[in-house]
Parts: sequence; structure tokens; C-alpha cells
Amino acid sequence: MRNKLIYFIFLTIAFTSMIQSCQNETSINFKRYYVNGKRLYENNCQNCHGSDGKGLGTLYPPLTDSSYLNLNRNKLACIIRNGQTGTVRVNNIAYDGIMPGNQTLADIDIAQVIVYITNSFGNKQGFYDSEFAKNDLVKCK
Amino acid sequence: MKKVVLVALASLIFQSCINTSEKKLPILGEREPVEKTVAGKLLIDTIYQTVPAFSYFNQDSIPVTNKDFDNKIYVTDFFFTSCNTICPIMHRNMLNVYTKFKGNPKVKFLSHTIDIKYDLPSKLKSYASKLGIEGNQWEFVHGSRDSIFGIAAKSYLVSAFEDSTDPQGLVHQGWFILVDTKKQLRGAYDGTKEDQVNQLMKDMELLLKEEFGNEK
Repeated sequence: MRNKLIYFIFLTIAFTSMIQSCQNETSINFKRYYVNGKRLYENNCQNCHGSDGKGLGTLYPPLTDSSYLNLNRNKLACIIRNGQTGTVRVNNIAYDGIMPGNQTLADIDIAQVIVYITNSFGNKQGFYDSEFAKNDLVKCK
Repeated sequence: MKKVVLVALASLIFQSCINTSEKKLPILGEREPVEKTVAGKLLIDTIYQTVPAFSYFNQDSIPVTNKDFDNKIYVTDFFFTSCNTICPIMHRNMLNVYTKFKGNPKVKFLSHTIDIKYDLPSKLKSYASKLGIEGNQWEFVHGSRDSIFGIAAKSYLVSAFEDSTDPQGLVHQGWFILVDTKKQLRGAYDGTKEDQVNQLMKDMELLLKEEFGNEK
């Protein structure tokens, strides 16, 4: 009986620490993506979209529209790589400029930028793995 | 003896106060000494570099000349609308300066496009309105290739040129140049650096005071 109890306690501890370590790995990964994403954002996006993600007038759209980012979550990778033309509505304002693409960014770079953008400027949309980016990028039109 | 030293010290301190309150911006660019005879005395005067006459078309396709800047101070720069490197940063900062002096009839802004082929006045108009600019306090101008690149290099001392090795084909510096009512250059500020742009705003106040005193 006593042995059983010790065994049970041991198992519980082992199990919870396993879960704990998994969570830690995700949160470490998240932080890694976020930090790298910030650097990539500064080098590739910030000129137009601004350090605060507010864009500039109606020349460059802001990145503060959480519902736009959420609705187009699967398209973000393609927009970052190939750019975008035509009219987009962000915060219910029309923007019709040309966004240049970033062909030199690898899948993982794009995932990192997405993690940074979708978790900054008032957005809180969690992790986006490089595998997600890979899958989304295959579907680019 | 002690008293003399004290008085000297006090006057020195006083002097330094006066100097800071009457601080003047330097005059930049080429200068040339000229000898003049005034009332029988030989005087040496300095002639400073000035911006020559110019004529461009603005965002409303209306001619804009140096006369539109008479009796005003102005800030000028070189950019192009499709530029995605330093231009957005420059104009994000310039917009702050514009907002601060908006409606002041003694202050104007002059942005020259260096993309002669593409940035026609209609393009500049769309750019200006997207930036939120109305009226003509901030002029976005289009001119001939030679006149724009010439005035950049010779008159405003800003480097701007076409370069086929650059991804966008155009290379230019991000200076904001401050020009006084005599069309003399009074300051150059890196338009991509926030602290330098803040300095520009302070220097504009100083220049306005020098040029117009306290008149409103």
C-alpha cells in the first residue's frame, strides 16, 4: 500500500514536470521567434509600417487591426513574401498602395515576423510555427 | 582687487547669458569675401551661398518658384513616392515638423521628387493627400532631371542621383535643409533621426525669431 502511494506520487510528479517542460519549450520557442521577428521587422517592415506599427497616413496601413490579422492569418505569409497590390481595408480605411515583397526571407523568417507582428501593437494571437508558414506559402497565388 | 575679480566674473556670467539668448544659427555653404568702400572706408563683407531661382510644378500642377518662398523660411528635402527605404521615415518625421508649424504663413516645406519619370504631379497629389497634406504650405514638386539633381548637389548640398546598381534605381541622402528668408542655408538635419529632427524644430523657432523678431 505504501509502495503504491510512493509510486503514484512519483508518477504524478514525473507527468506534471513533463507537461511543464513541454510548455516551457513552446514558450521558449515563442520568445525566440518573437525576438528574431522583431529584428527582421526592423530591417524589412519598419520603414513603412513604423516602429509602433501605426503605418503612415493612408500611404502605409497600420498593423494594429487585430481582426484583419486574424481573418487573414493564413494569408499573412504570402503577403510578406510576395507583397500586395490592390485595395485593402484595414481598420475600415482603404489603402491602395503597392507593398513590395520580401523574396529573400526564408519560411522561418516569415514565421518569426508573423509571431512578432501578431503579438505586438496591441495584438495577441499566439505562436505561429515555421511549419505553418511552409503550409501557407505553398498555397500562395 | 577682490572686487575687481568679482565684477569681472559677474560680467562674464552676464555676457554668457546674453550670448545664449541671442544665439544665431550658422550660415552654411560656400562663402566669398568682398571688399567694399563705404563712406571712404574699406570694408570686407562676406557673400554667402544662396539658393538660385527655380521653377517647378507642384502637386496641383501649379508652377512653384523661388518667389513663393520670399519672406519665408523653409525646410526642403529630396524623396520619391515609391521609395521604401528612408523616405517613409523622413516623411513620418517631416509630418511632425509640418504639424507643429501648420498654418504659420512664415514657414513652408518643399519636397522635390527625384523620380522624374514616374512621380508626375498627379502622383504627387495622391501621395500628399494620403499623407494628410492639404493646401500648399507643403509643396511636393516635380522638375526636369537636370534642375532637380543640379539644385540638390549645388544649392542644397544633398547628394541625389540615379544608380542602376540600386534595387530602386535611385539613391539620395535624407537631409532636411533649413533655408532662411535670404535663401541662405542655415542648417542640415538627418531626416531619419528623431533627435536631429527635434533639433530642427528648435532651430526653426530660433530662425523665426532672428528673421521676424516677436512680430506675429
